[in-house]
Amino acid sequence: MHLLVQATIVGILIGGVYALLASGQTMIYGVTRTINFAQAIFAILSAYLTYTLFGALGLDPLLSVLVLVPAMFVVGAAMYMVLIRPLARSSGELALIVLYAIGIGIQGLLDLVYKTNTRLITPSYTDLSWTVAGFQIPAVRFFACLLAVAVLGVLHVIRLRTKLGRALRATAENPVAARLLGVDVERTSALGMGLGVATAGAAGAVFGMIFPFNGNTQYDLLSKLLSIGVLGGMASMPGTIVAAVVLGVIESVVAAEISPDWSAFSFLVVLFCVLSVRPQGLFGQRLRGAL
Amino acid sequence: MFTALLVALPLIIGQHWQVNLLVFTLMYAGLAAAWNLLGGYTGYPALGHGAFFGIGAYAMAIGTNHIGVGAGYRSFLLVLPIALATGVAVLPIARLLMRTRAATFALLSITVMFMVQTFAYNLRSLTHGSEGISVPLAPFPATTFERPFYYAMAALLALTLLVCWAVRTSKLGLSLNAVRDDEDRARGLGVQTELVKLVAFALSAGLTAGFGAVWAYYVTFVFPGFAIDPLLSLGVILMAFLGGRRTLWGPVVGAALIVPAQQYFAYRYGASHLYLVAYAALFLLVIYLLPDGIIPSIAARLTRLTRLTTRCAHTPRAHIADSIADKDSITDKGERV
Repeated sequence: MHLLVQATIVGILIGGVYALLASGQTMIYGVTRTINFAQAIFAILSAYLTYTLFGALGLDPLLSVLVLVPAMFVVGAAMYMVLIRPLARSSGELALIVLYAIGIGIQGLLDLVYKTNTRLITPSYTDLSWTVAGFQIPAVRFFACLLAVAVLGVLHVIRLRTKLGRALRATAENPVAARLLGVDVERTSALGMGLGVATAGAAGAVFGMIFPFNGNTQYDLLSKLLSIGVLGGMASMPGTIVAAVVLGVIESVVAAEISPDWSAFSFLVVLFCVLSVRPQGLFGQRLRGAL
Repeated sequence: MFTALLVALPLIIGQHWQVNLLVFTLMYAGLAAAWNLLGGYTGYPALGHGAFFGIGAYAMAIGTNHIGVGAGYRSFLLVLPIALATGVAVLPIARLLMRTRAATFALLSITVMFMVQTFAYNLRSLTHGSEGISVPLAPFPATTFERPFYYAMAALLALTLLVCWAVRTSKLGLSLNAVRDDEDRARGLGVQTELVKLVAFALSAGLTAGFGAVWAYYVTFVFPGFAIDPLLSLGVILMAFLGGRRTLWGPVVGAALIVPAQQYFAYRYGASHLYLVAYAALFLLVIYLLPDGIIPSIAARLTRLTRLTTRCAHTPRAHIADSIADKDSITDKGERV
C-alpha cells in the first residue's frame, strides 16, 4: 500500500510534465487540425540544448527555460509559416506526415551532433529528496511539476483572458467564422503553433533531468503523447491534462508493482479499452466527414 | 512486358550488390503498393505498417527456428500462410482502429506499432527480446544466393499488384474511393463502409507481413529495433507519395527511384544519421514540389497537352471553358479556405 501511494505521488509529478507537453500538442491541433508528430523531438531537442547550456555555461536547467521557451516559440511559428501553411489547402494528414518527417530529420541532426549515447542533465539537486509523512518526494520531479503547473497557468491565462487567446479559441472552433469576424487566422495559427512548440521547450528542459534521453527517446515520448491525445480527445484542454496525469500514474504504478518493462504498454492497453467503448476518447467529440 | 523484365533481370546482371539492391527495390515497391491499399485508395493515413512487417518477420524467424520447417526453398512455403494469418489476426484490432478517422487513426496506427515493438522486446521466451533471433541461413549456392529471394519478392510484388488491380477494378475499389471522399455519405448511400474498410486493412497488413517474412529469411537476423522500424513506415509512404498515391504503378515507380538512391547514399556516406536527415529532406522536397506524385503529374501534363492541341484546333466555346478552368485553378492556388 505504501508502495502504491509512493508510486502515485511520483506518477502525478511526472504527469504534470506530460500535461505540459501534451497541452502544446492540443493547442497545435486546435489551430491546424494536425497532430504535431514533431512535438516529442522538439522536447528532446530542448533537452539537448539544456544539456549544452548547463554543461558549457553552468546555466541551471530550470532557468534555461527562459531561453528555450522564446527560442522554441520562434521555431514553431516559423515552421507554421514556411511548412504547414502551404499545405493548408490539402488534407490534414499530409501536414501530419510532413511533421513526422521533420521529427525524423531533427533526430538525425541530433544524432550527428550529440552521438547516440544517452544523456542525463544532473544539476546539484539531482539526488535531493524530501520525506513528507513517510513518502519520498524527489526534488527534481517536484520542481519539474511546479514549472509545468506554472507554464500551464500562464497558458490558461493567455487562452482565456487575452485577445490572442480569444482568437486562438475562435480559430480552433471554426476557422471560417473566425476569419469572417475579423480574426487574422494565419497569424493566430502561427502564434498558436509557436506557443505549442514553446511548451515542448519548457517540458524538454525538465524532461532531461528526469529521464536519460537520446534521439531515439522521441518514439517513446511520441507514443505517450499520442496516447494522451487520443484519450483526452485531441481538442480538449482539460481532457488532455487529465489524460496526461492518468498516464503518469498508471505508468508509475505499473513500473513499481509489476515491471518497468510493461509500464508504457499498460497505458496502451487502457487506451484501447477506452477506445473500444468511446472511439472519440474520454473528452472528445465525434469527428464528422472523412478528413 | 514488366513480368518478362522482372524474370530476366537477375540473369542479365549477376553482381551480388546489384541483385541485393533489386531485392530491396522489389520489397519496397510491394510494401508501398500494399500501403497504398489503405493509405491511398481508402485515404486512411496509416503510419504503423512497420508493425505488420515486423510480425511477418518474427513469424518467419520463429517458424523456421522453433517449428523446424526444413531449410531451403521449403521455407518460402511459410510466406503465404504468414500473410494470410496476419491478415486475419489483425481484424479485431482493425475493427477498433477503423472506428476512428483521420488524425486519430494515424495516431492509433503508430501506437499499434509501438505495442508490437514492446511485445518484441518483452516476450523474451518467444522473441529473445533485444538479442534478436537469427534465422538459419538458406543453403543456396553462394554465386546465386540472392536469386531465390529476388524471385520470392518478385512473386509477392506481382501478387500485391494483382490484388491492387483487382481492388481498383472491382466494386470494392469504388466503395473504398467513396469512403475516402466522404465516408458518412457513402454509408448513407448504402456502401458497406465497415466491411470494405476491414477488407482493405486486412489485405494491406497481410501483404506487408508477407514481405516481412521473405525479408527475415533473406537477412537471417531479426531484432526489434530493426524489424519494427518507424523509418520503414515513413519510407513506404514516401515512395507511394513520390510515385503517385492512388495510382497502381505509382508506388513501384517511387520505390524504383528511392531505394537505389537510398542504398547508394548509405554506402557512400555510411553515417546512418546523415541518412535520416537526407530522408526527411527528400520527403519534404517531394511533398512541396510534387504533391501529386510523378504519375499523376505526368498524366496532368499530358491532358494539358491534348487540351492545348484541341484548343488550337477550334471551337471558341471550348477555348472559353478552358480559360475559365485555368483562372479557377489560379484562384484555387492563391486562396485558402
